[in-house]
Amino acid sequence: MSTSDILNPAPTATSAATSSLVEILESPTPLQTAKYTDFVRDSSCGAIATFEGTTRDTFGEKHVVSLQYESYAPMAVRQLKSICIAAKNAHSGVHRIAVAHRLGTVGVGEGSVFVAVSSIHRAEALDACRYVIDELKATVPIWKKEVYDNGEVWKENTEFVGKKVCCGHKVKVED
Amino acid sequence: MAAEEPKSEKGYDDDDDDDDDDETKSVSVNVLFFARARDLTGKSVVSLKIPCGSSAGSTMERLLCMFPRLQEICKSMLLAINEEYADESTLLKHGDELAIIPPLSGG
Repeated sequence: MSTSDILNPAPTATSAATSSLVEILESPTPLQTAKYTDFVRDSSCGAIATFEGTTRDTFGEKHVVSLQYESYAPMAVRQLKSICIAAKNAHSGVHRIAVAHRLGTVGVGEGSVFVAVSSIHRAEALDACRYVIDELKATVPIWKKEVYDNGEVWKENTEFVGKKVCCGHKVKVED
Repeated sequence: MAAEEPKSEKGYDDDDDDDDDDETKSVSVNVLFFARARDLTGKSVVSLKIPCGSSAGSTMERLLCMFPRLQEICKSMLLAINEEYADESTLLKHGDELAIIPPLSGG
């Protein structure tokens, strides 16, 4: 993609935003998961829940050679920030959230996405962590292409709810 | 044209509206294609001149005429304007960025 290599938005002014870290990374190196876990670590919290999505080597009977991610990065960052705010609003004990997603080629077995959430008690961290990854898959503009020995396909998350836009309309565009 | 055009629109002054005979003013928008949408159109971005007061939906109809292969994803897609999901009825302004969002697969 033509977007910048690394988008690492500095925490912004509002208190809701300063307790979240969102990164969309075009990087050939594995995600530094400790960085995100440490970001959310806090002495007031008794729990850190994390989720790491990793790439599989098979899809059905097809052998996956590589996975390639792309993103509408500015919108992805914006969307992830609002998911973090919503996660905190919905889970009262949550303290901090970090989300990172890799772009470009991600090797089989490597992490493509990482979520870390801290909270006072574990239930909120676990629930919020799941909320963030589910919402990410449903609404954040990131796409994955699986490349096989004999072809390639853009994947579709079951969480995505698209809609019919303009299908079947016959429209005269130009005279 | 598909969309009703508000007559009183104080458009941006584009002097060459030659490709929109029945419009007095037109505006330019950038359309972004990602993933499958880019494969189907062969383009990442297209600059499009549309009649003043066009909606996202009517612009999509225009794009379907320009790129008929987009029919493949138009049953399940979303539109975004300036990095926010938008309804088809949203009107586009000069300089807006309209993104075609095919089914997502992040994670």
